[in-house]
Amino acid sequence: MTAASPALAPLPYRVVERRDDTADTAEIVLEPVVSALPPFVPGQFAMVYAFGVGDIPLSLSGIAGSRLTHTIRAVGAVSGALHALQPGATVGVRGPLGTGWNLTAAAGRDLVVVAGGLGLAPLRPLVHAALATPHRYGRLNILIGARTPADLLCTRDIDRWRAVGARVQVTVDRPDDSWQGDVGVVTALLDRARFAPAGAAAFVCGPEAMIRATARDLVHRGLAPDRIRISLERTMHCGTGHCGHCQLGPLLLCRDGPVVTWARAEALLAVREL
Amino acid sequence: MTARGRRILSALAPEHRDRLLGFARDVSLPAGVRLFEEGGAADRFWIIRTGIVVLDVYEPGRGAMVVETLGEGELLGWSWLFEPYRWHLGARTRGDVEAYEFDAHRVRAALDEDPAFGLAVTRCVAGVAIGRRLRAARTRLLDLYGPPGSHTTAAGGEAP
Repeated sequence: MTAASPALAPLPYRVVERRDDTADTAEIVLEPVVSALPPFVPGQFAMVYAFGVGDIPLSLSGIAGSRLTHTIRAVGAVSGALHALQPGATVGVRGPLGTGWNLTAAAGRDLVVVAGGLGLAPLRPLVHAALATPHRYGRLNILIGARTPADLLCTRDIDRWRAVGARVQVTVDRPDDSWQGDVGVVTALLDRARFAPAGAAAFVCGPEAMIRATARDLVHRGLAPDRIRISLERTMHCGTGHCGHCQLGPLLLCRDGPVVTWARAEALLAVREL
Repeated sequence: MTARGRRILSALAPEHRDRLLGFARDVSLPAGVRLFEEGGAADRFWIIRTGIVVLDVYEPGRGAMVVETLGEGELLGWSWLFEPYRWHLGARTRGDVEAYEFDAHRVRAALDEDPAFGLAVTRCVAGVAIGRRLRAARTRLLDLYGPPGSHTTAAGGEAP
């Protein structure tokens, strides 16, 4: 097997766990059937193939050795097929693909993690990595925006993150009668986050409009654009930088992304045709 | 505008901040207190020091629907600054709240009397409170976290 093959040929992985997260989102845990792909780092993604249906790019919402966790929202044919898989089923996986969050570059800094909707999934391994080595970083802020309380991901994690010292704030757009948390946009939570802007690093994932608003707000507060990392999405097909479907100006996001700095992305995101 | 967030006082120059605070009185508001109702006279306003205040709209059959929450450092109420000086939403405390409370008549009179002070406070309210809340409301109208459109993503979805 050549060095390039992990990105080109899918390896069989078996579903060993499945759990519904929300009404349309489930978490599946995969283990290699025979041999494992090279290690993933937080922020990278895999092409996951539902046999007979097709493949889609999926970020990792959990990494534990060779066990890969994906959080899947059923919105189309392939994601619907993957979402419906039960333990024992087999899928094909290519990867690791793309860039990671590069958490180690934020050593010594306060961390500001901002997630919108499904964007919490790719940030989850980053949070786990930060919590696993808390002495390396300053204060950990986790700001989460969701559509409704029922759409909130990682609810079990959130309690645990709080218990081990992370400052977690959650806001929703549409509360129900039982919701006792914040209501509004996720950027509104930045005021109550605890970080020194000049010495902080931020990690942002969610809908692009939310990413832009958050990154601008963070820059306005004094964060350097090259210390704001965002995860971008474009239509990805090959995952290897060959087909060009995920092109954003000079970047091929499946290869040069999905994680890029705001310093690199801001001007590109201002061009609508990109 | 020098504000780096929604904290209303940090958006004012020190001389204007001190003058505004000269009109303030400290209040402690217990949980569940209704501060104002939609349509009521906007004769007071607050700057929240600690705690959460809920802005809501009452709809028969559905009760008080929460529109937004406001927290530490935020201005509660801007309708006092513009005619017809009536609240557009209702407000109640969620938990215990500590706040600065202002008499709107006195502050308006001071703003009218000193154009520089008036301009500073009006800009501050418009930029930090009204502008940000307008942008937030527009963003929420987009329903960004709703079902995705027709594209393939790396975060966990794909083309319907």
